[in-house]
Amino acid sequence: MGSFMRRLGLVLTMIVAVVVPVWVLTQSPWWLILAMLVLLALWMALTRVGQQAWSVTKVGITTIPQRLGSSSVVVVGIAGVVGVLVALLAMAAGFESTLRETGTDDTVIVMRAGSQTEINSGVDHDTAVVVSQAAQVLHNAGGQPIASPELVVVTSLPKKSDGLDGNVELRGVGEHAWELRPNVKMIEGRKFQPGLRELITGKSAKGQFRNLEVGSSLKLNGQLWTIVGVFDSGDSHNSEIWGDTDVVGSTYRRGNSISSVSMRLTSKDSFEAIKAALTTDPRIKVDVSTTRAYYNQQSEAITQAIRVLGITVGIIMAVGAIFGALNTMYAAVATRAREIATLRAIGFRGLPVIVSVLIETMLLALLGGALGAALAWAIFDNYTASTLGSNFSQVVFAFKVSPELLWSGLTWALAIGFIGGLFPAVRAARIPVTVGLREL
Amino acid sequence: MKYFHLVWAALFRRKTRTLFTLLSVLAAFLLFGLLDCVRMAFANAGGSITGADRLVTFSKVSFTLSLPKSLLPRIQAVPGVAEVSYANWFGGIYQEPKNFFANEAIAPNFLDLYPEWLMPEEQRKAFKETRSGAIVGESLAKKFHWKLGDKIPLQATIFPRKDGSNTWDFDLVGIFHVRDPKLKAQENIMFFNWEYFYEANQFNVGANVGWYAIKLADRSRADPVAQAIDQLSADSDHETKTQSEQSFTTALVSQFANIGLIVGAIMGAVFFTLVLLTGNTMAQAVRERVPELAVLKTIGFSNQSVLGLVLAESVLLLLLGGVLGVALSGVVVDAARANVGDNLPLAPLDGSIWLRALGLMVLIGLIVGALPAVRGMRLRIVDALSGR
Repeated sequence: MGSFMRRLGLVLTMIVAVVVPVWVLTQSPWWLILAMLVLLALWMALTRVGQQAWSVTKVGITTIPQRLGSSSVVVVGIAGVVGVLVALLAMAAGFESTLRETGTDDTVIVMRAGSQTEINSGVDHDTAVVVSQAAQVLHNAGGQPIASPELVVVTSLPKKSDGLDGNVELRGVGEHAWELRPNVKMIEGRKFQPGLRELITGKSAKGQFRNLEVGSSLKLNGQLWTIVGVFDSGDSHNSEIWGDTDVVGSTYRRGNSISSVSMRLTSKDSFEAIKAALTTDPRIKVDVSTTRAYYNQQSEAITQAIRVLGITVGIIMAVGAIFGALNTMYAAVATRAREIATLRAIGFRGLPVIVSVLIETMLLALLGGALGAALAWAIFDNYTASTLGSNFSQVVFAFKVSPELLWSGLTWALAIGFIGGLFPAVRAARIPVTVGLREL
Repeated sequence: MKYFHLVWAALFRRKTRTLFTLLSVLAAFLLFGLLDCVRMAFANAGGSITGADRLVTFSKVSFTLSLPKSLLPRIQAVPGVAEVSYANWFGGIYQEPKNFFANEAIAPNFLDLYPEWLMPEEQRKAFKETRSGAIVGESLAKKFHWKLGDKIPLQATIFPRKDGSNTWDFDLVGIFHVRDPKLKAQENIMFFNWEYFYEANQFNVGANVGWYAIKLADRSRADPVAQAIDQLSADSDHETKTQSEQSFTTALVSQFANIGLIVGAIMGAVFFTLVLLTGNTMAQAVRERVPELAVLKTIGFSNQSVLGLVLAESVLLLLLGGVLGVALSGVVVDAARANVGDNLPLAPLDGSIWLRALGLMVLIGLIVGALPAVRGMRLRIVDALSGR
């Protein structure tokens, strides 16, 4: 009974010894970890046991080159985990930030009640007029409301990558679209002329689809259009093609019906007021949201899916890497068994041995983590990809390998190193000296 | 086979090390199984064999635009067309947007084109006779715990009703299922009657349809028939694009992401690491056993036998861990599909995945075993026995 309880106690201690540090490592901010490092350094410099730990660690680290093959298992294994994890999370972050940077708190988008996305929505001309006359809409110097009646249609064009048809969003915008979205800059050519069959293309759309160079013409619904410019908005509008709402509407036989009205508010505090005013107006049936809320909500599902995929893959790979690290470190401890036993025979305690093995593993892990993170950064930072957004059209986004992601990759690496080193470290400290001395 | 005992004993000479290596291999192949199921789900989306004799005609501009209903008799008249039907995307939401599933209004003869959707005859009849009737796939019914006779309210996103409300009520009169487990994803759909759709609709949709589904008389004549159909509306303001169901879905899926590339990159990283890791284990194992191998040679084992023994050991190591890993991924996939439903992009783990996995296990086993095995083969007995 007593031995059973002791064993149970040992297992529980081990679990706590694993879970708590891993939790601390992955959750704590960088400065806390830095502080822990400083404490460790002080301990090593100032106390006797610490000094012992330092000298044992030095021996361990300087002998790594003799165990290059097996040590590289730890490094490469963890580099793989961190690289894949950082790349997948960077994909999620890139998609999220592209849609998050779209829209602001002081512009609103009005669509037909219940329609969720612009492609589903239909707003007739009378409604559009009522909406743009709301008191909370900002007026420009000429005294006109900054409201853009917009028509979103989807059209298919051959993709540059594989020649297969991809969907691109064609957005008809009103004359005030430029005041509404001052972030939109022309980077090539000129703006389209209202009333003409002219189009300007977003920077990403141009990179994604064929035949969108300035000056080329495009057949849309049987009519010939000319590309006259390229714009950069720095957000998801870059994946769109813009033209004049009225001309787009007549090409697609939409009559006076449009998809949405986007408007600039006098201030962002007036959102509640305009929402209340428009949704209770008996003449119209509309939903009102800030453009930021509208685009945020579009990114949620896909971002979530990629994150779950990334973390699942990361965890499974991490489990594999932990066993790899365990193998390596058990082997390392076994080859040094005699040396460790000698140290303990001349009076070293168990703690310095444990600490030294742990530090050695975590250094290898850190190296692997840095390698993986660096690779992910070198290959995937700003790597562009695209997916189908909620308007059934391509949204182009760039992977974002941010410092936070790199940091979280490193903490994963340290956590894996910690678990992989702990058990061999304890084994090293517990081998009876007499047995250890006889080891080859 | 007679040396199996010997190989087995060698493998478990160091139990902890072998166990850890096995667990690493297991993790790698668990991941392989899961990711390959994801990849297959996307690849299968366009891969229904039953759909080979069907074409779909969408607007050439974009599949979100509608086509005139006047095309129906003209498509019907194209030689090689056995039957034509039509449908329209409805885009209704059940309770909240995250409960997404496809729901479509279909013409009376639409189901005749899809014999692979199996449903009892009386439910088929009830669907025809109930104006507000709807049928759903079995997986979808299971997900929302619907049973026959339930009222299902959908919130319209595109089509408000005549009275201006967005709520459409449907009566569940039929539940269909698909036999091929690979195509279970097709059960995540709801159909209702075209008549109800256009009579209760605020918009005048009677003159337009979303797309046409066409059954071919002879599946080998798909290309000329598709061209003839597109010719009907060439140079009009509603040009069409007719293609096989498969190529339509493939093009659609390719727009989501290059799943093959992502999965390939992850698996590349995983297997590279795995080769290094098991390679290291095997190298250690052989290094430790040099004297033993020398003894084997002394008692008459040939060089080739020693080579074979070491290779067999590493292949066995990969097979043990790999089979367990793939089996585990099968359990996980089944559990996920049972709990979350077939909406997940996860294909069931089938024979082709097993085959690929087994091939990889043997291949990696041979690769990681090669160097240590050659080393074992080249041992000179005298040197090895004297520990040189």
